[in-house]
Amino acid sequence: MHHRQRIQAVVLGASWGGIEASIKVLERLPANLPVPVFLAQHLRVSTENRLPKVLGQKVEIDVVSPEDKTDICPSRVFVAPPGYHMLVEDNAQVGLAMYWPVHYSRPSIDELFFSAGHVYGEGTLAVLLTGANEDGAAGIEYIARRGGVTVAQNPQTAEAPVMPQSAIDTGCVQHVLDVERIGDFIVEQVFGLTQ
Amino acid sequence: MAEKLQHISDEQETIEDIEIRLLLEAIYHMYGYDFRSYSKASIRRRIAHRLDLSGLPSIMAMTDKVLRDRAFFVTLLNDLTVNVTEMYRDPPFYKRFREEVVPILKTFPFIKVWHAGCSTGEEIYSMAILLEEEGLYDRTQIYATDIDKNVLAVAKKGIYSIAAIRQYGDNYQRAGGRASLSDYYTCKYDGVIIDQRLKRNIVFADHDLATDQVFGEMNVIVCRNVLIYFDRDLQKRVFRLFADSLDLGGVLCLGTKESLQFSGLESEFEPIDSGMKIFRRKQVSL
Repeated sequence: MHHRQRIQAVVLGASWGGIEASIKVLERLPANLPVPVFLAQHLRVSTENRLPKVLGQKVEIDVVSPEDKTDICPSRVFVAPPGYHMLVEDNAQVGLAMYWPVHYSRPSIDELFFSAGHVYGEGTLAVLLTGANEDGAAGIEYIARRGGVTVAQNPQTAEAPVMPQSAIDTGCVQHVLDVERIGDFIVEQVFGLTQ
Repeated sequence: MAEKLQHISDEQETIEDIEIRLLLEAIYHMYGYDFRSYSKASIRRRIAHRLDLSGLPSIMAMTDKVLRDRAFFVTLLNDLTVNVTEMYRDPPFYKRFREEVVPILKTFPFIKVWHAGCSTGEEIYSMAILLEEEGLYDRTQIYATDIDKNVLAVAKKGIYSIAAIRQYGDNYQRAGGRASLSDYYTCKYDGVIIDQRLKRNIVFADHDLATDQVFGEMNVIVCRNVLIYFDRDLQKRVFRLFADSLDLGGVLCLGTKESLQFSGLESEFEPIDSGMKIFRRKQVSL
């Protein structure tokens, strides 16, 4: 494998069954992870914005629900607020937007992945977890074409297989992993511990 | 798999960024709408969406079409201005407005409200109904502005779909409505039309926050989920515009994920409800 630039950001997408899966991934990340993490989790629109609190109680790394134009910083998980797309701006800020839902979803995983892949290019590490629709597959393909690292949760052990399977079907997923393994994989990639 | 994959280089992405800048320049010079200080990531996604649907080969080709085809421009304008709205969007905001802002407004002899970025009007009529129920509407003047004349025309008509109005009724109740939302509209064909009497104190006008000026001595400015589309510099300009348009003691209402933090004007405002982003311009500025 050719030399790869250090990972600059981790993007996670999850839908049905995703809260439990996200916890399993995020609880493996150290509080001093030297890159930012972005999470787009599909939620019912009426759901209150409690996800960051729920995650924050279970994981070591700092978890926030960002306001628009918040500065991006390492060692922090930015969780897309329900009802908004969360995007990465090229000046190291989080951008929020309320334009049309993508794959019936706002936040949409594709929208997060496209914006992150544009800014971080081959420094992007994208992970698609359990889910029952196809959001995220196009974003995974784009990030692979930008030279980033792509991971899907093993559909056979995912609560809902459609989402990771759709990504795998694009031919652009480099690593298919059980959810228990994904957190450690992220740490290895970020700290450059891979073979 | 990886062999077939066509790599997208940083250079290709930079070229696309330049194409977007040229497109926004073309729109500004041809039609006068200024999107050049909008948040890049979001505008990029919306342009990509229109490019996909159009079947055009590149953003440059789209720029060419925008310059020569006004109908195509109007379609793109609708993508760029984002007209996602509903009646009583964020019911807790209206509830807090009723509880905290209405008592302030009751002390005023006359109330001027500027709703900036009113889109298709659902939130204007929400406010009009709220003020009517609080006995304030007869001494209120609402200025409803938007950058896009096409959506203002929809707002003026006040005709909405029956499917949407069911959701709105639920919002209205959660927002602390005192009656039933159906008291304020009548069904007509496959839509509903808002009570014409509610229009009596609304003036509709086109106004571009990016280029236009101060808008009179307002008691309330409502501008929710508009500033998220602007970069920080343009946000700063608009916050200055709002501060200059508000009377001392006037009230500023933002979207729940919008912040005064980067405005440079934090010290000129005090929070009424920091969660619902309701602020008051400080009375004394010594």
